[in-house]
Amino acid sequence: MKANPWITGMLAVTACTGCMHQKASAPALKAKATGTAIVVVSGDKQLGGIGARLSQPLVLQVNDDQGNAVTGAKVDLTGPRGVVLDPAEVLTDDNGQATIKVTLSGIPGRYEVTASSQDAHGKPFTLSVAEFAAGYQQEVGYEVNEKYCSRCHNPDSTVEQVSNYDNLAVKPHAFTSGDIYNKLSESDLSNIIEHGGPAMNRSALMPPYEWTLNKAEIQAMIAYIRLVSDPPYMAPGVVYGKH
Amino acid sequence: MQTHKTGIISSIKAFVRDPFRMFGIVSVVLLLLLTIAPAKDYFSQWHGYQRQYLRFIQNRGDAVTLRRHFEGGIQQIWIPQLGVVDRCQTCHLGLTEASLADVKEEPFRAHPVMPHKLTEFGCVICHRGQGAATTVKEAHHSEMAGEEPILPARYMESSCGQCHQEPLEGTPKLNKGRVILSRYGCVNCHSIVLPDGTKMEASDNPPPLTHIADKTTREWIYAWLKDPTSYSASATMPNFNLSDADASDISAFLIANSVPQPGDTAEVSAESHGPAPDPSAGASLYGESFCASCHATQNAAGNLVGGDLGPELTNVGTKVKPGWLVAWMRDPQKYDPKTPMPQYRWSDAQLKLISAYVQSKTNPDLLANVHLAAATPAQIAHGKKLVIEYGCASCHEIPGVPKSDNFGPNLSRIGSKPVVQLVFLPGMEHTLPAYLAQKIRQPRSFGSSFRMPRYNFTASQVDEVTTALLALTDRSFSLPANLQLAAVHETNYRPAGQAGQIMTSLNCLSCHRINGRGGDMAPDLSWEGTSVQRQWLDDFLKNPNTLRPALIRRMPRFNLTDSERTILTDYMMTVYQTAAFQRDEMPLTGYPPELVEKGRQLFYSKYACQSCHIVNPNEDKGYIGPTLTKVGARLNAAWIFHYLKDPQALRPGTIEPNQHMSDDDARALTAFLMAQKTGAGQGAKR
Repeated sequence: MKANPWITGMLAVTACTGCMHQKASAPALKAKATGTAIVVVSGDKQLGGIGARLSQPLVLQVNDDQGNAVTGAKVDLTGPRGVVLDPAEVLTDDNGQATIKVTLSGIPGRYEVTASSQDAHGKPFTLSVAEFAAGYQQEVGYEVNEKYCSRCHNPDSTVEQVSNYDNLAVKPHAFTSGDIYNKLSESDLSNIIEHGGPAMNRSALMPPYEWTLNKAEIQAMIAYIRLVSDPPYMAPGVVYGKH
Repeated sequence: MQTHKTGIISSIKAFVRDPFRMFGIVSVVLLLLLTIAPAKDYFSQWHGYQRQYLRFIQNRGDAVTLRRHFEGGIQQIWIPQLGVVDRCQTCHLGLTEASLADVKEEPFRAHPVMPHKLTEFGCVICHRGQGAATTVKEAHHSEMAGEEPILPARYMESSCGQCHQEPLEGTPKLNKGRVILSRYGCVNCHSIVLPDGTKMEASDNPPPLTHIADKTTREWIYAWLKDPTSYSASATMPNFNLSDADASDISAFLIANSVPQPGDTAEVSAESHGPAPDPSAGASLYGESFCASCHATQNAAGNLVGGDLGPELTNVGTKVKPGWLVAWMRDPQKYDPKTPMPQYRWSDAQLKLISAYVQSKTNPDLLANVHLAAATPAQIAHGKKLVIEYGCASCHEIPGVPKSDNFGPNLSRIGSKPVVQLVFLPGMEHTLPAYLAQKIRQPRSFGSSFRMPRYNFTASQVDEVTTALLALTDRSFSLPANLQLAAVHETNYRPAGQAGQIMTSLNCLSCHRINGRGGDMAPDLSWEGTSVQRQWLDDFLKNPNTLRPALIRRMPRFNLTDSERTILTDYMMTVYQTAAFQRDEMPLTGYPPELVEKGRQLFYSKYACQSCHIVNPNEDKGYIGPTLTKVGARLNAAWIFHYLKDPQALRPGTIEPNQHMSDDDARALTAFLMAQKTGAGQGAKR
């Protein structure tokens, strides 16, 4: 089947105008100083809704080789398609920090935002920061986690919600520990959630939720675990035999 | 010109004279005309997407399956009773293909998991847009009259709210938005009638301003009106952007209009001659009385700590007059019959202590620069005019100013407001959600003559309110009856008799829910009589020792007299019972030791209850559920048994997992728990 010349043509035109538009709108920022490393101050690994701006801005800092903040260093930001970074290039302020508002795209998943800058010799250095966009399922999973799971699985205590983590003889894993959860398949995870730890030869301190949560909520919880997992979770591809 | 004409005429003549040639040419023209229809179809946008899809799946491992599922041509979901004609699947070809869930680009991505089937409701009921359209632009972005653009994903929960007026577990944003609409009093000015004919009710508690001069000064009112957040960071009253003169006039009117009420200012003076109390005693009484369960204060780090049922108290000493504060704490309902604050029954000495402590929470900077000249009658008259103009009486009770219904526009169908009827700001996205969000964020940005005040909402709260408003659509009124799921309204339950009077003065329903009415801070008491033993309840009311030490919101001690306590205990034990089973169907004592031992084993090994509960204080550490060290002296055996069998049936929403226990296991665990009477961890040694 041949490519439809009309659509290809239209796409090409749109792409070109898109490029031109982007080039035209970017004002030229000149670095006034240079550093050697970018570090995150705050705003990484946030969970936001799809297509929504993250509640906290991403704050980055450029340091020199002594670890001191550098004022006036230029930071360029790039993200995957659909992620809006405002501003996309910025000079660090008096504290050596750059503040960027991040709006995630309409598709749930993990988004890597890359910040790059150049040192005195023009050699680039970069930093990747992960942000998470939660779709409907992940949002429901987040609520399930907040109500049931995080009481034990989140080791951090707050005044409003005291964590039970320290009281447990066998410690549960935080949902961000990808090296644990990524090895478990969907059915392993739903097994543990539905039938409790002993179903998978794990601790009985994990109770069964088969009769407390419904199937959709359990699926949503798994979707949430997959979203926040670090290192990121890679879904196994579909494997078929040769015909 | 002439030559042209003759040329055409001669060629027509030649044409007519030669029928063979004429036939040939006309056939070719007709043939060309005939190809227009298939060509138009072939080059149509949706056809392009279908070809693109076929190329896209070609290289995938599951190409054969996807190919088999593919059907060319216009695809349509038709649901006559909902008026749905959706052709979205013509281009969105992967919607039902689970294996395409990882596709990162539209239009071939699988639809995420959702509670309904695609064929049940179609697409536009949730996503809006024009279902019958077959071009991308018309389906998604049309702004024409009677048509609506696609709803951005972040507001998607609003679509659930068209049918579901009741709160759903899966729509946290919508639920929160609806709570804000009543909690922040939006519905005091804007009436919202739900499809079931009921009106959304406000749940904020704006104080009456009838006796305001007894409570506070004109200077404070002025500062508060100018910017409520300068007094308290968590103020729910919005900012009206008043000029200095207007704020001054309104404060003058409110003070002049206030009617003094006997008993509003208090009489602790007789006792105030006593020795000065220990300064820390007030703070400890504040702590012991668990004022922080409802009232927040800012700590040194600037964070708010405490509940939001009552106003923030960080700077309250700058606001209230000392005499009024004492009278208020003695009997809050005298000043405001609708207040959620309980009557604590403090002694005069305690009243003096606590009021002095609360009065000491001041911010001298707040009123330092407020100097108001004495009010003139003209100012007062202008103040009254402003109070009427700004609709203050929609929320507050003000003598001489009647409450006007429908002060703001009715919002019952705001979610279907056509874009053509809206006036947008330059540079704004031309969509209803964008308009609503901006209107909530900065109401006056649309013009300084607008009366709507600015609320102190966070970005996520703005999203939540917008979501709740977008759910109020025309469609929600025209749905078939089986799809109109009614809102859950509070009942008008009031406890009766003598006990009812005590409970009203204690405002039990501010925190506890009973028979479908009341707050959600504390446990539902509808079946408390079945749940607990009489002696325990009596002791608890005397001195409420917490069952959950990890909570910061706790039941205060109300200094009840012995007879008040007996009346309350008798009433609760008799009236608040479940019909599901008998309180006394299992004995409180006398379980055989082997059964207790079996229960112990089940508790520690099979069900691992110690992960959340404490039975033996020396060994167990579980902190999530209530402490069970003395549970045998607190709960009835039958309650424990039935609770273990199905926790959510007796306490809806509890996080205790339902373990689907057998009767034998539940009976053994009940025996073990009923053996825990004195807190020594009987039979709990491992």
